Order: sequence, then structure tokens, then C-alpha cells
Amino acid sequence: MTVRVQTADFDLNAELVELRKANPGIGALVSFVGLVRDINDGTTVSTMELEHYPGMTEKALADIVAQAQARWQLINTLVIHRVGILQPLDQIVLVAVASRHRGDAFAACEFIMDYLKTQAPFWKKEQTPEGARWVDARETDEQALKKWGVEAVNAVVQDNDA
Amino acid sequence: MMNIRLRFFASVREKLGMSEQTVVLPAEVLTVGDVRTWLAARGDAWAEVLAPERALRMAYNQQMCEPDTRIREGAEVAFFPPVTGG
Repeated sequence: MTVRVQTADFDLNAELVELRKANPGIGALVSFVGLVRDINDGTTVSTMELEHYPGMTEKALADIVAQAQARWQLINTLVIHRVGILQPLDQIVLVAVASRHRGDAFAACEFIMDYLKTQAPFWKKEQTPEGARWVDARETDEQALKKWGVEAVNAVVQDNDA
Repeated sequence: MMNIRLRFFASVREKLGMSEQTVVLPAEVLTVGDVRTWLAARGDAWAEVLAPERALRMAYNQQMCEPDTRIREGAEVAFFPPVTGG
């Protein structure tokens, strides 16, 4: 398992080559790359800044990957998440999963992304023609996690007396 | 009387105008939820950002936590908005 939080861009192919290197047991390799869009909620986005919680972020990502490893037969996993200033077209995140068969790799890759969206401490701030704005969390991201049987609270208000 | 380190991120950090603070908790503040209520009583931006009706996430020693999480001496308690990575 490898987890990296970095400002630098990543080379998708080089990362995948490294992930499957010298392991003939790997029969499937699934990857997901998230990109900066130039439009969000109907407004043009010129740049995006990603803030995170150093220390916690790495632990949260490692925990997410560990949960995927507990659910599926995985041989190797890589998560790279960028922080800092990004532009439209830039790569933000890479999740890559290597397994013996494709079913485990497909499922684990989607699970890790769904989990990351609501449980990893990253925040996006967009520059738009109307000024800077923090991106709102989407309740659809919590619903995405529900299909894995995980109840998560992120965008909705929690009861402080719970 | 416990000393803890507070951390704030993203819009919470901006509205409070600070990213961290070390505080001494009064004896009656026992949980992370208690810290939220206690800090909100500072008024102004604190009351607004930490208001009970605001969606707010909390972490205890760099792990997502619930309001009923008990606090120990030297803990790091963080408050931040819903996360938006990926």
C-alpha cells in the first residue's frame, strides 16, 4: 500500500508500471484519475486550491485503503492526492488497485474513491469571476458510500448532543 | 484542567482568523462536543462557525470523531467544514 499527498503532478503510466512491477500474480489493474473541471455549479473556475490536514490526511487515506483490503483480495494499492494550487485540466487524485481478478480491483477502486470523498480531510476552494468560494460538500457523496453499507455523515448536520 | 491543542481548517480557519490555539479547558468540558459549545460561547465568529445547526466535522488526535468523544490531556482537537477532496 502506498499513500502520497503532494503538490507535484504525477505520471499515470509510470505509477501503474511501478504498482504492477515484478508481480506476475496481478491479473487486473484498475485506476481512477480525478481532474479539475473548468465549470462547477454553473460557474467558471479559473483555479482551485486544495487544503488538507497534514498528518491526519495520510492516516485517513491509509485507513481507507486498509478497509478496502479487508473487503477484497488486493495485491497492491496506490493513492496519490494533490494539494496546493491547481488549474482546470490538472490531475487531482489517482487511485489504482491491483488484484488477481478484475472484480476485486473495480470494486475496491470505486470504494476507495467513495470513501475518500467523505472521510479524507481535504477542502477545495475555487476562484471564480465572482470571487473565491469554498466548494460545498455534496450529499450525493454520502449516498455513494451507502451502497457499500457504510453510513457516513459529512454534508449533513450532526446532532452535537449525540 | 487539561491543556489541548485546537486546530482549524478551510472556511472555519478563515472565519476564525486562526489555524491553531493552545487552550486550558475548564473542568466541566469533557468531550469534543463540549469543546465546540464552550468555544461557541466566545461569541462573534466563534458562535457563528460552531453553531449547532452548522454542518461541522471534528477530529480527535487526527481521527474523525463524534461529539461524545472524551478528551484527555495533551489532545489535538480539530474543527473543520465537511470535506470536499477527490
